[in-house]
Amino acid sequence: METLVVERLAQFVNNGELDARMIKVESEHSACSAAFGAQAAGVRAFSATNSQGLALMNEILYIMSGARLPAVFGIVNRAMSSPINIWCDHSDTMGCRDTGWIQLYCESAQEILDTTLQAFRIGEHKDVLLPVMVCFDGFILSHLYEPVYIPTRTEVKPFVGKYRPHVKLDPDKPVTMGPVGMPDSYMEFKKQQAEAMEAAKKVIKDVDREFKRRYGRGYGGLVEKVNIPAKTIIIALGSVCGTIKEVIKKHKNIGLLRIRSFRPFPEKEVKKACAKAENICVIDRAFSFGNHGPIFTEVNSALRNCNATITGFIAGLGGRDITPDDIENVIKNADEGGTLWLDVFGKGVSR
Amino acid sequence: MKFNTGAVVHEPGSTKKNKTGNWREERPIINMAKCTGCGICWVVCPDGAPFKKGKVFDIDYDYCKGCLICKRECPFNAIDSVDEER
Repeated sequence: METLVVERLAQFVNNGELDARMIKVESEHSACSAAFGAQAAGVRAFSATNSQGLALMNEILYIMSGARLPAVFGIVNRAMSSPINIWCDHSDTMGCRDTGWIQLYCESAQEILDTTLQAFRIGEHKDVLLPVMVCFDGFILSHLYEPVYIPTRTEVKPFVGKYRPHVKLDPDKPVTMGPVGMPDSYMEFKKQQAEAMEAAKKVIKDVDREFKRRYGRGYGGLVEKVNIPAKTIIIALGSVCGTIKEVIKKHKNIGLLRIRSFRPFPEKEVKKACAKAENICVIDRAFSFGNHGPIFTEVNSALRNCNATITGFIAGLGGRDITPDDIENVIKNADEGGTLWLDVFGKGVSR
Repeated sequence: MKFNTGAVVHEPGSTKKNKTGNWREERPIINMAKCTGCGICWVVCPDGAPFKKGKVFDIDYDYCKGCLICKRECPFNAIDSVDEER
């Protein structure tokens, strides 16, 4: 899965097309630690992982965001064991929702490449300084063959720019990274992190706008809106949005709000887009056991003062296809409320 | 207090400002009559709290966390301890 990403990068490095050093490690915990070390030494660090591998990184993810080191990781969204399953869903990244990493979700192969370029600019912005996960659906996007425009180094350079770390380990100018934060200071550092995440909202929008100006491709910043305002709005993220876009063409008064940035969550944008909607359908490719789908919960929180009926749909876990028929079922059940499961135990929709 | 981004400490030696003596549950006390000034306590102390005072050693209570390794290791049984009272 991520193996392909890393293999291609290894080729780029070997061919001299990418000025980088490849560090081989024995586990994801070590990969994340090595990336932390590289960032601390003052260079850009990238890694790719998913599923159990991301779970193994979990401990270091918090340390990286707390230390405000803006690494960029590609995350190929895959289900969590058990049962063992290597296919697509969002359980892995939703599980590290609160690690303090920015999470951007992509819909197409081209968007993955473009978002990765944007991610460095977003994470390294002086108001942000946070690590970024570029999330994309396993198999559906990771093993999809479609034409992708790969810009040359000269094209990319003026956009991404030279990396100027805000701090680095230097024997001539020693610093301490990762010190103890006692009860008298820890909370202040966490507040700073919260403010950085808030500041990232504007930066994500600005960087996407600049990207569009430069390369002609833009993705809407925090959210992508299709046919909004509408009476019924479907909210989703990732590759399923492509299917939704096709299905809603056949309907009147149905819109799509694609969440591109799940962290930071675009509360204001969701509120604005859904202000006049009667029914909101949220499709989650993950489930928070004992409650609802993770996006459903966020949307409910964002729309706490609205009168719209919000229905959550759990779909496509462990690589089960979300078909146009499933989306039709979503539309049919748009006024049900609560959480429904799509296409499970042979039933189209069930509680 | 300064809150640098990512809690980075830019000045070396800042640990000194962080007085950890109030973590102590038990207070080691060196019996100066028995102390030979051998310095074993200084060697074994994880915090470097013992310091040389003339021919003997004393303990810097601003940093001593009260682990009592010094008491256990002192070859002359020159270190006693009492419960810390606050």
